[in-house]
Order: sequence, then structure tokens, then C-alpha cells
Amino acid sequence: MENSTLPKTRSRAGRLARQIGATAFSLFITFVGLLAVTFIISRVVPIDPVTSILGERATAEQFAAERLRLGLDQPMWWQFWLYVRDALHGDLGLSIRTREPVLSEIARFFPATLELSTLATIIGVLVGVPAGVLAATKPGSILDQIVRLVGLMGYSMPVFWLGLMGLLLFYGELGWVSGPGRLDATYDMMLDFEIKQYTGMILIDTAIAGRWDMFANAFSHIILPASLLGYLSMAYISRMTRSFMMNELGQEYVTTARVKGMPERRVIWVHAMKNVMVPLITVIALSYAFLLEGAVLTETIFAWPGLGRYITDALMVADMPAVLGGTVVVGAVYIGINMLSDLLYRLADPRAR
Amino acid sequence: MLSDLSLRRYSAAGLAALLLCAAPAALMAATPADTLVIADAIDDIVSLDPAEAYEFSGLDLNNNTYDGLVEIDPATLGMIPGLAESWSVAEDGTTFTFKMKPGLTFSSGNPVTAEAAAWSLQRVIKLNKTPAFILSQFGWTAENVDQMVTGKGDTLTLKTDKAYAPTFLYNCLTAGVAEIVDAETVKTHDVNGDMGNEWLKSNSAGTGAYVLKSYKPKEGYVLEMRKGYWRGDAKIAKIFMQHVPEAATQRLQVEKGDIDIERTMTPVEVAGLAGNADVTLQQDVGGQIYYLAFNQKNEQYKNPKLLDAMRWAVDYQGMADTIMKGAVIVHESFLPQGYLGALDDQPYHLDIDKAKALVAESGIKDPQVKLSVRNAADRMDVAQSIQNTFGQAGITVTLDVGDGAEQLKSYRARTHDATLQTWGPDYPDPNTNASTFAENPNNSDEAKNTGYLAWRNAYDPGELSAKSEAAVMERDPDKRKAMYEEIEKTHRETSPFIVMFQQARNTALRSNVKGFYTGGAIDSAAYWLVTK
Repeated sequence: MENSTLPKTRSRAGRLARQIGATAFSLFITFVGLLAVTFIISRVVPIDPVTSILGERATAEQFAAERLRLGLDQPMWWQFWLYVRDALHGDLGLSIRTREPVLSEIARFFPATLELSTLATIIGVLVGVPAGVLAATKPGSILDQIVRLVGLMGYSMPVFWLGLMGLLLFYGELGWVSGPGRLDATYDMMLDFEIKQYTGMILIDTAIAGRWDMFANAFSHIILPASLLGYLSMAYISRMTRSFMMNELGQEYVTTARVKGMPERRVIWVHAMKNVMVPLITVIALSYAFLLEGAVLTETIFAWPGLGRYITDALMVADMPAVLGGTVVVGAVYIGINMLSDLLYRLADPRAR
Repeated sequence: MLSDLSLRRYSAAGLAALLLCAAPAALMAATPADTLVIADAIDDIVSLDPAEAYEFSGLDLNNNTYDGLVEIDPATLGMIPGLAESWSVAEDGTTFTFKMKPGLTFSSGNPVTAEAAAWSLQRVIKLNKTPAFILSQFGWTAENVDQMVTGKGDTLTLKTDKAYAPTFLYNCLTAGVAEIVDAETVKTHDVNGDMGNEWLKSNSAGTGAYVLKSYKPKEGYVLEMRKGYWRGDAKIAKIFMQHVPEAATQRLQVEKGDIDIERTMTPVEVAGLAGNADVTLQQDVGGQIYYLAFNQKNEQYKNPKLLDAMRWAVDYQGMADTIMKGAVIVHESFLPQGYLGALDDQPYHLDIDKAKALVAESGIKDPQVKLSVRNAADRMDVAQSIQNTFGQAGITVTLDVGDGAEQLKSYRARTHDATLQTWGPDYPDPNTNASTFAENPNNSDEAKNTGYLAWRNAYDPGELSAKSEAAVMERDPDKRKAMYEEIEKTHRETSPFIVMFQQARNTALRSNVKGFYTGGAIDSAAYWLVTK
């Protein structure tokens, strides 16, 4: 074959370029599809954005002026085209409700969600993976039963109930953690004036500024909702880890390794784990992406100004630019995380390289 | 292999470390002494520009950063002078003169002048945002407002197109839309002729006890006390408002002392906090009323006996004591408690025998009512109670449950049979409700007077229309009050409306917090009198 005569690096570069091209293309298609679907849904819902701004008793004249201002008198395809054009220029429009640029609102709400879901995923992985592995090594044992039971509870308990009960116990009764919101009132009032906010993630910004008092306060606020979401993600991760690991432990190479007298710890945590990691990366990525937009109820209960709540609140008042903008960002994050997990997948699995 | 034991040890150590980190920070949770921390759901705010703000949370905020010419005393809810120290009306009844209080300044230091006051009111008309109708009903338009509203030296002159009742104008001037803004400052923030509307959305430029320090939509706001407030400095230096959407969460916060005031309360929180020594519960009223309306396109609802039967077949007190406990008080007239001329007596109560007899007298055999209800829990509870007691009186009620927007649509198109609704007044004058419940200038389908609740129910109020129109022109306040009382009395005895409740508003305060007023049905919250 002609290709085989080419230097190896070029063929690799070619494949990489093709992969990047394919990814970019699928990214573009996904984006436009996402925009189109959300846009259409936003226009067929029976809520009138103008009523939600002006109230029920505004005059017909005020209604007409507002429709004109929002461009709602234009044909739908034209509105969509304008939206896509602006979105590609990084302009997601103005929120109908607050009249703030959607992008700057999201820039304010997204870091809060990112901070929360990242911490939650770290907790989920740190607890879920070892728990799943231990359960897999002793199937049917008490430990296995406990891991499965705890996992099942995490699956089946409504998250708002769990959130309220968590607040009641750890904040209300025991007083171990701070309450709703990201900071105590005192610190919250200082935040904008005393801390340079590079990332919008308070734990990181306060650490950079060396304000450990504020860091500790932020931590005492985030730890409960993060543990709660971490528990949900742990339930999923531990179950999947258990089943992946059990599958690996039944493979011949494991038996071979054991027969060769390799220490069990090495068999599980090095040999089997390497193979478990491959599908596990996808599981963790999915659970992470889910938390980024699926934490609406937790965000509501904990008064956490996050993206999920932002989108839901906007939907309630038919603030479609905000809903669309939020959806685009979530979509972008999904795509980003997928790409990242693909990359890690390749690193973990030589066959995929 | 990592043994179970070591894993357990590691996780225990990890957990301990986390808690050690969190605990000290959590312990110092009490609110700072110089700050009043309030939790409320404030995502209704659209704008903080007084010319545009028309939602409860925004009006609450502005009440503390701005003043009007005429004000409501937060404690007594009586009318008191604001930025104007006195006012009078000329013989012709259309020229009102306000003398500005001398020596007052805006938070910028600019003096409060009659020119600034005139510009503020003209601005409302020219911007023509949602609440502008409260002022434009005096005949002010973008074209004529510069002549109708003028300020010179210490005198502000307002001309109206007709000789309205002076109290009508004064009451409307207590509304948030008539708050006076710092003209000089606002003009410097004009963008493309928006008269500073964009800037005022998130900044304050008023004379109030507080200045807006920061506002983050859907997160909260911070107000800072202004030294030298003309009514006396605020007692607490800062207000920190935290947007907490969930009432149950707010309850935990007030129990823990992390907030000083909880403002979003359902009956569940009221019951849960009762008896807690650290928390004081305060109840007053809001402006919303709950009513039943019967569409007179259905001839049976013109039968006075049947209407009367239904008035005696509602379990007013029973509902207020059980399913609506803490959420409403019994109220049977269309003017909410606190309004000029509001009737607070309760002539009707549940009397099944009387209702039965009246149904028999009506001559209508087996009357049927199709009651439209929004699919919200409290509405459904009320509707079921009505279905039950009407049933006992021999009136069969079928419930038509649907989405709020759908139901409103059919109500505005007057295609409903009967409906359970709420109504909130638009401004602090009795005309706001009288004009909609008791006036219907044209009852024809073509008129499409959807703004009139009387029209929506095909109700021709007859002479009540004229009486209500006369009341808004009556210059003697006592006579005017008596006129509204008479209108309400006739209305509740003859109209196809049954007013049942007025909204109750509950606030939970830490027990050291005193002097918090919500403004009742006619005004907004006052923070500057609060101590703790």
C-alpha cells in the first residue's frame, strides 16, 4: 500500500488531523442541532415572554413596543439566523428578565456550579472507586452488601429530600457545617471588594489571595452540598467500578498473574485497574457532566447561585435568551468533557491510540 | 492490597480533616452586629429604576433608597409628608402645589429641588414603563407632561386633566413609581436617550436611608446606610439580602441565627417556628384578595337568590383556620384591609340551611356550577372545600382544573362559567380595585374590556359604575371614604363576585430584631427603623 511507505510520523499527524477535523465537524453539527432544538422549543412553549416582562396589565401599546424591541415581530427563521450569527460571535444576547448580557450572567453563575460539581466528583471518585473495587474483590461479603445498599440509596432517594435532611442534620442540628449560600454574610459582602476574582470559584480565588479565613468559610459552605452530590456520583461510580472490576477479575490474565504468584494488591490495583480505568473514565466524565447541569434541586435548596438553577429560573419566566445561552454553555461543556474523556481514553488504552 | 482496615482508617482520617476544617468556620455563624441579614426570594426583580420597578422585591429595596413627595408611615400606614413638606389644591381642583422641604440632599450631595422632582415624574411618563399608568391616569402624556408637571425654586406644580379627588393623586404619589431620583446624577448616565434607565437598573440615586452598594440579580444585594438621612439615620449600618428560593431552607437559617429575618414563609414554616423562643413571628396582610366570580353570560348567575345562596355556602372561617391557615385572613369586600374605605366586617359565614332555603327560593332546579381552578395545591384545596359546602346546599360543582395561563386566557375571553381567582391592587388608592370590580363602561363582547373584572364576568354593575366614577372625583376625603363603603356594600350583596380572603404575610424575625415593617397592603418594607 502506498500509505505504508510514508514515514510513520506523517501518517500519525494525518490521522490526528483527520480526528481533529472530525471532532470539529461533529462539534459544529451538535452545536447547531442543539441551538435549533432549543430555539424551536423556546418558541412553541405557551408562555409569552412579553407578558413575563410587562405583567398582565400593560397596555397594548407597551406590548407592541416591547415585541418590536425584542425582535419578536420578525419571522422565526430570521430570528434563529440572527441568534446563531450572534452566538458564533460570542454574543448570547440580553436576558429578557434582567437585561444583563447572558454571557456575563453565565460567567457569574457557571463558576459556582463548576466549583461545586468538581468537588463533588472528586469526592465521588475518591470514595466510589475504592469502594467499588473492594466490593468486587469480595462479592457477596458484608462489605459488598453495604456498598450496594449505600449505592442503591444514592440512586433512589430524591435529591431534594436528601438535601433538606442533610441541611437539617449537619447544619441545623449538629452545626458542623455552614448553611445555604457560598459564604457567610460578612464574607460575602467583602468578596467583591477585597478579593480579586480570577476564576469565580471562591475556594481557588481565596487561596490565591491567601485569605484562609474566607477559604475556610467557603469550604464550610460547599462541603455539604458537594458531599451530597458526591454521594450521588459515588453511588453510580462505585456500582460501575464493581461491575467492571468483577469482569476483569474473571479474565485469564488475572488468573495467570495470580498463578505466577503476583501479590493480590498488585493484581487488582495495577493489572486489573489499568483495564478498568478505560471504561471508568467515560463513567466519571458522564457523571461529572451530569452534575454540571443536573444539580438544580440541590442548588435551589442550598441557595447556590449555579447554572442549573439559572436555566430553570429563566425557563419559568420564559427568559429564552438566558435559557438558550445556558443550554449552549452546558452543551459546550458536555462536548468538552467528552473530548477530554476521549483523550484520556486514548492514553489509557493503547489500542485506541 | 490495601486492606479494609487501612481504607477505613484513611477515610476516617479524611473525614475528620474535612470536619476540622469546616467546624470552626461554622461556629462563628451569627450575623454581624452592624448588618441586618434578610433571606427572601428576590428573583422577581426586573429593574431597580423607580420608573420601571413594579415587583414586590424591587419595590421593597427602593423604599429604602428613595423617597416620594408624599410617604406612608411604616408603623401606622398613615400618609405623611415626604420630600414635600406641604401641599394644596387650587379651587379648580386641577392644580396641585407642593412645597419642597428645604435643605434635603440626595446621596450624591446634590440638593433636592422642585426641578429634580418634576424631572423624575416627567421621566416616568416619557419612559412609559409598566408602572407608568399609575401617573398617566392624571392625563399626563409624553407630549404634555413638561407643561403639566413643572418645578421652580421650592415649588412643584402638578396639573391634572380633570378635577380628581385630591386623595386619589396623593395616594398614587406614595407608589414606588413616584419616587424622586437625583436628576443631575441620573442625567450623566444617559445612554442613547434612555434617561439613565440602564444605569438605575443596578444603581441608586435617591434620598433614602440607604444607598445601593451592590446588586447581583438572583443572588442578593447589599445596602449601606447613608449618614444624615432626613428622617434620622438608619439604626443598622448595612442590609444584606440573600436570595434563598426555598422557604424550608430559610427556616433553618433563621433557626440557626444565620439570618435575622425570613420573608418567604408558607404555613408549614409558620407552624414549625411557632413556640421557638429565639424567633418572633409577625403576621400582617398583603394586598392580594381571593375571590370567586360567576360569569353572567350564564343566566342563572343573574338570579339574586342563587347568588345569595352561594354567599352563605362558603366556609370562610373554616378554610382560613385549616387548609389556608397562616396564608389568608377572612375578608369579604373588594378593597383590601388598609385601603381607604375598606370594609373589614364579615357579614357572611357558612350557613347551609339558609343557603338551601335560598336555592329553593331561586326556583332553579339542581343548579350546576363549573368552577375553573388553577392546578396549584392551595387553589385545589379551596375549590374542593367549596365543592363540598355548595354540594351540601344543593349546588353541584364540577371542577375544571387547568394550567394558570390557560385559565387566565379563558377568563379574559369570558368563556368560563365560574372561576376561583386572586387579584392584587396596582396602586395604593381604592380606585385601583373599585374601577375593575365595580365599573364596566361597555358590557358588549366587542368592547373586549379585559382590564375590567366586571366585564370578564359579563357583569353590568348598573349605577355602581357611575358611583365609582364619582368617588374618584370626590374632593372631600370623608365623603369619598363613605362612597367606597357604600359601593362595596352594594357590590358584595348584588354582584356575581364572592370575595373570601385577603392574603396574610408572615415574617420570622430573630427575637432580638425589632421594628421591621412590611408595608402591609399599601406600601413596601422599611429597613431603616429596624434594630437588633
